[in-house]
Amino acid sequence: MAEVINFTIDGQKLQAAPGTLVINAAKQAGISIPSFCYYDNLALQAACRMCLVEVEKTPKLQVACTLPVAEGMVVHTDTPQVHQARKSMVEFLLTNHPLDCPVCDKGGECELQDMAFRYGAGFSRFREAKIHVDEKQWSPVVYYDAPRCILCYRCVRICGEGLGVSALGIGNRGAMAEIVPNRGDHLECDECGACIDICPVGALTSGAYRYKTRPWEMEHVGTVCTHCSNGCKTTLGVRNGRIIRANNRDRSGVNGEFLCIKGRYGFDFYDHPDRLTTPLVRQGGELKPVSWAQALAVVAKRFTEIRARNGKFAVIGSNHTTNEENYQLQKFARQVLRTSNIDHHRTGDVATLLDALQGRASALASTADLVNAKAALVIDSDLAQEQPLLAFSLRFNWRINQGHVYAVTPGPVREDNYATTVRAEPGREFEQLQLLKDRLAAEPELVILFGAAIKGEDIRRLVAFGDSLGIPVKYVALVDYSNSRGASDMGLLPDLLPGYRPVSEAGLEPGLDYDQILAATDLNALWVVGANPLSRQPLASQDAFVVVQDLFLTETAQRADVVLPAFCAYEKNGTVTNVCGDVQKLTRGPKTMGPKPDLDIIALLAKEMREDLGPTKVADVFAEIRNRVHGYNLPLVVIESGGAAQAVPPNDRIQIQSRPEVVRSAGNTLYTSGTLGRYSPMLNSVLEAPGALYHDPHIAPFVAKGSVQVDTTEKYG
Amino acid sequence: MRYNEPSPLEQMIISYRFDLPNPASIDTYLANDGYVAIKKVLGMTPEAIIDELKVSSLRGRGGAGFPTGMKWSFVPRNTGKPTYVICNSDESEPGTCKDRLLMENDPHQLIEGMLIAGWTIKSNKGYIFIRGEYRYLIDIVDRAIAEAYQRGYLGKNILGSGWDFDLYTHTGAGAYECGEESALLESLEGKRGIPRLKPPFPAVVGAFQSPTILNNCETYSAIPWIFRNGGAAYAALGTPKNGGTRLVCVSGHVNKPGVYELPMGFNLLRIVNEVCGGVRNGKKLKAIIPGGSSSPVLRADECDIPYDFDSLAKAKTMAGSGGVVVLDEDTDIVAVALRTIKFYAHESCGWCIPCREGTNWLKKILSRYHEGFGDESDIDLIAELANNMLGRTFCALGDAAAMPTAGFVAKFRNEFEDYLKKSPRFQPAPELAVV
Repeated sequence: MAEVINFTIDGQKLQAAPGTLVINAAKQAGISIPSFCYYDNLALQAACRMCLVEVEKTPKLQVACTLPVAEGMVVHTDTPQVHQARKSMVEFLLTNHPLDCPVCDKGGECELQDMAFRYGAGFSRFREAKIHVDEKQWSPVVYYDAPRCILCYRCVRICGEGLGVSALGIGNRGAMAEIVPNRGDHLECDECGACIDICPVGALTSGAYRYKTRPWEMEHVGTVCTHCSNGCKTTLGVRNGRIIRANNRDRSGVNGEFLCIKGRYGFDFYDHPDRLTTPLVRQGGELKPVSWAQALAVVAKRFTEIRARNGKFAVIGSNHTTNEENYQLQKFARQVLRTSNIDHHRTGDVATLLDALQGRASALASTADLVNAKAALVIDSDLAQEQPLLAFSLRFNWRINQGHVYAVTPGPVREDNYATTVRAEPGREFEQLQLLKDRLAAEPELVILFGAAIKGEDIRRLVAFGDSLGIPVKYVALVDYSNSRGASDMGLLPDLLPGYRPVSEAGLEPGLDYDQILAATDLNALWVVGANPLSRQPLASQDAFVVVQDLFLTETAQRADVVLPAFCAYEKNGTVTNVCGDVQKLTRGPKTMGPKPDLDIIALLAKEMREDLGPTKVADVFAEIRNRVHGYNLPLVVIESGGAAQAVPPNDRIQIQSRPEVVRSAGNTLYTSGTLGRYSPMLNSVLEAPGALYHDPHIAPFVAKGSVQVDTTEKYG
Repeated sequence: MRYNEPSPLEQMIISYRFDLPNPASIDTYLANDGYVAIKKVLGMTPEAIIDELKVSSLRGRGGAGFPTGMKWSFVPRNTGKPTYVICNSDESEPGTCKDRLLMENDPHQLIEGMLIAGWTIKSNKGYIFIRGEYRYLIDIVDRAIAEAYQRGYLGKNILGSGWDFDLYTHTGAGAYECGEESALLESLEGKRGIPRLKPPFPAVVGAFQSPTILNNCETYSAIPWIFRNGGAAYAALGTPKNGGTRLVCVSGHVNKPGVYELPMGFNLLRIVNEVCGGVRNGKKLKAIIPGGSSSPVLRADECDIPYDFDSLAKAKTMAGSGGVVVLDEDTDIVAVALRTIKFYAHESCGWCIPCREGTNWLKKILSRYHEGFGDESDIDLIAELANNMLGRTFCALGDAAAMPTAGFVAKFRNEFEDYLKKSPRFQPAPELAVV
């Protein structure tokens, strides 16, 4: 076959690779051919017949979305015949489509409206009765209005092909054909809402968004989801300072248009009725609302006092706060409080991986690598539950780029459906890896993603195993939360400064780690920023002065002496670092009143204690991070423009002095997100929440749950 | 058992066993030339078999009339994949009722035809896809298959050739669309019965992603005779490029409706007047739907033509699946058009827009028109909508609905217009009248 096909579209002489579809070849030449059912990277349907074009020497109009270019082919996309055909298709579509555009969620961003505007008639010849079917609710998230549906099957395909969930199908036939959920009258699925976003019309509507606003009344703010570590770009629809919806229809960001339930619906914790809006100070045994000035004064006074008598401080940082906040927090701890007792809930052993790789810059996979790598190996993680974007990316890679996927997991995972998977009990992964070794070594390259069960020495073994394959290998240490990686990079560690420099460089000894802080009986002060350690174990120090910065009165906040209400990630500016080390920008969406960003709280406390922490503005702090933290001297323009730039690993050995035991996965599922998830009405309302971590997709796709009660003892972080 | 008296004008080569006692049994079949052709074919190469079929000018009896030999020659060899032989007995075209007789009265003839196809492409598995409503036929065909297994015509090492062939029945679930070959394959694979994108055609990527021979029941049934008597003899029965005989299913206003095996090219008017004893009650002929409900109607003055694929195509209609529907002078063409479109609106699978919405819209207009609430603009609208569907739908079902509808309006426009005169015109209620 020839390498290049020569053909003509609308008089333009064009070339394309064999197999290119006319619709895509035209698009590349700037000629738009309308379509509903054609969708990039999904199976061809040829169902909507909107993309009919005229091909010379072919009597009938041809469907551009399934027609590959051929040598010498002459295509016309803009003839009276083509126009007439498209107009007639729009006319057919509108026969049973209700013209309730003025109240339809999609009105204003509806592809059928656009198509009617471009090709439709200004007059309807349809005077018969329209078919009406009542709207159905399939889940708290998904509603379906059959009359509006134009049956383009995008939802069926994104669910089946894209996500591998296959929760949607087609029922009935002819004019009564409609989309039906996998359980007949309801959905049991990932509840990700991809079907809603991909719907060209208002047939599938979101339980969170429906009938709340018109699309043009919102401001669209691109930021990063605050839940898991994958760092999906989510576009907040903000109206009057409130988030109305989240999606990523512009397909920007590392995730394209992928978002899971947390990214699309999990933002709703931010205006939960329990959200703290004023600082609280314990007075007479009870937390009482006070002004910011009063609360900050109390904290500053106690901190100064305890420092003056060389009391014992400890700081627990967050997996959700920004890099800037984490950087300033550790600076505060080390400079102002003069302590090394700082840690966060570590959900993956990033430091050991970086040490084991010893500065091999190309050995850390970026998020983009997952959709291009020739092969990927997943160890000890149910990706679809814990790392939804990574699972989607690996599946996409397998589906579109023929990438191979291997998995070594303790239980059944969704990757079983297409990947080479091996079961391994925890602790026996390496025996099973040996079985795969020959096949892995035959791959041209490999990305290894490993869960929190691989930590400490096991990581060094894994890297040795990777080296033994004799092929280029990249690694991803899976972590659980939106800035888990950033917390580690920014030195929220008892033994390491930002950029994994030893604490000795700051003239300090390694301090207490997370478990030791909680177990210590002699703490005088504990400062917890955006974490909930006491949900899992009590604080051993009975008399410690506890300051908590959080959104809610969590178990930890209830024990606090001062509670400072903080912003969540959607309300902040700053940067976060995702599981693959990709640094992205947060942009403030809603204008919440009362709480403050953690960065401001830290700066105000420093001011109150008459200490100089340096810059206070986000941009200035980030500038300092770029200057001082190894690996973060990233191109500003990429991050400022909403892109992702991967942090570079340190060159030298890392002097790790903490115990790998403190590395523990939070064990979140698709429907849980630590403490934050407990305050998300949507996450808790879906039938599936919280699913079993290792479910069997063949036998019981999801463990249905009768009650939305969440067992807090299982939550951690 | 036959359902009508045979006509002396018939030339029975595939239906001659229908009159024998116990016609479906293997003993009857064996005593009457049964399983002779397969013995001969087992000594032939695939090329020789396909050449013989090409000589016979046998054309697909399902409706499209595609040359069978050519279809078989498209099946790729040595792909490393299994191959399949599938019989389309999802006979659903209104006016057509021949496959039913072939399966009821001579299932072994069908089995032998499929065996020949199986041997040609060295397939080891075949399926007979039977229309779900033909429930009683499944038992008959299953019994025949069991007999064939017992006698060694199916199963392992057939007739000592070292070749294995298994045959199964599979039933549709009541969808006209599953008579479309790719929708049939989807249904066979256990999926929703919707058509597939073509190309690739089933010969290359058919059942279970494998090369597949898929033919109509009558096509397979004709094959044993061809190999017993030679392709040339078969071709000689019909007209050029239209070999053999075909089972013509005549229904409607004739004195002797029924299924008659007639040589290809038999005159259509003679079918009505001589084979079927003329129009019922001495009425005059108004029109004939010549090849199942999806073929455009022929006015009485157009009916004096040979009944074969090419002649009917020249008359801008088609021989289709052989369902001849005769309409006498009293027939209400609007009612016929309505009944026809009702069927297609009911059977449209819903996959593509023009068919799903077009059939439904046409049904609604014609219903209103038939009830006397039509107006002049409806006539053109009906014709225009049918033309908007034609050639633009995913599969042929949309064409099957649009062609006859367009045909009724084109050929009997006067009847549509008369309808407006004789029926009460639609008067908008005064409060709805637009000033």
